[in-house]
Amino acid sequence: MNSHRVLLFARYAELMGAGAVEVILPDHADIAQLVSALRNLPGGALLPPELFVAVNLRRAHLATVLGPGDEIAVLPPLAGG
Amino acid sequence: MTFLQDAPIDSERLIAQVAASDHGAVVTFAGNVRNIHAGRGVVSLAYSAYRPMAEAVCTAIVAEAGERWPVTIALVHRLGEIAVGETAVVVAAASAHRDAAFAACRWVIDQVKERVPIWKRERYADGTELWVDPTAPEGVVMPQARP
Repeated sequence: MNSHRVLLFARYAELMGAGAVEVILPDHADIAQLVSALRNLPGGALLPPELFVAVNLRRAHLATVLGPGDEIAVLPPLAGG
Repeated sequence: MTFLQDAPIDSERLIAQVAASDHGAVVTFAGNVRNIHAGRGVVSLAYSAYRPMAEAVCTAIVAEAGERWPVTIALVHRLGEIAVGETAVVVAAASAHRDAAFAACRWVIDQVKERVPIWKRERYADGTELWVDPTAPEGVVMPQARP
C-alpha cells in the first residue's frame, strides 16, 4: 500500500475542505482507483462524475498507473482568461 | 520564463518584448474583467492557479504557436484579486506580416482558456460570490457553504 498526496484546487478544495488530501492505495494503483478513494473521503461524494486528474503536470487517464512520488492534482473545470 | 504574476500587467513591456526589426506586425489581446456576467453586477474576480502546471502549459502553448506560425509570442496571466476594468491576461504576437500575428494571437488566447489550469471566483455588488464554470449551464456554480 502507498500513501499519495492529492492536490485540490478552487471549488474542489472547498468541497473537500482542504488544498490537499492523502489517499492510501495498493501498489500500481491507477487513476480510477484514486478517484474511487477520493469519493469516499469527506466531501468527496460532492465531486462531479467526471474528473480532470493531472499527474506530473499532465492530463492523466483512468488507466494511468501511479508511481511513488508522482504529483497528483484534481482540477475543476478550467476558467482562465 | 514566467507566465503568471500577481502584479498588474504592463502591456507595453510585452509589446516591447516581441518587437524586432523584421517584425512588421504586432497584434495584442487584452482580457479585461467585465462588469457583468450572466446578468449579475461583477465587482472583481479572484483568480487562482495550479501554478507549476499553468507555467508548463503556457510554455507548451507558446512553443506550439511558434511551430504553427513564424511568430514571437509574449503571454502573461495575472492571478489574485482583479477589479472590473483591470487586465487579467495579455497576449502579444509579432510577425513579419499581420496575417500570422492575428492568427497566432487568437489561437494562443483560445488555448489559454482551454488548457491552462486557472480558476476564477466572481464577487458581486450584493456581496455574494460564485465560481466561474464554463461547463455549467449558467456558467457559474455555487461555492460550498462553510459548515
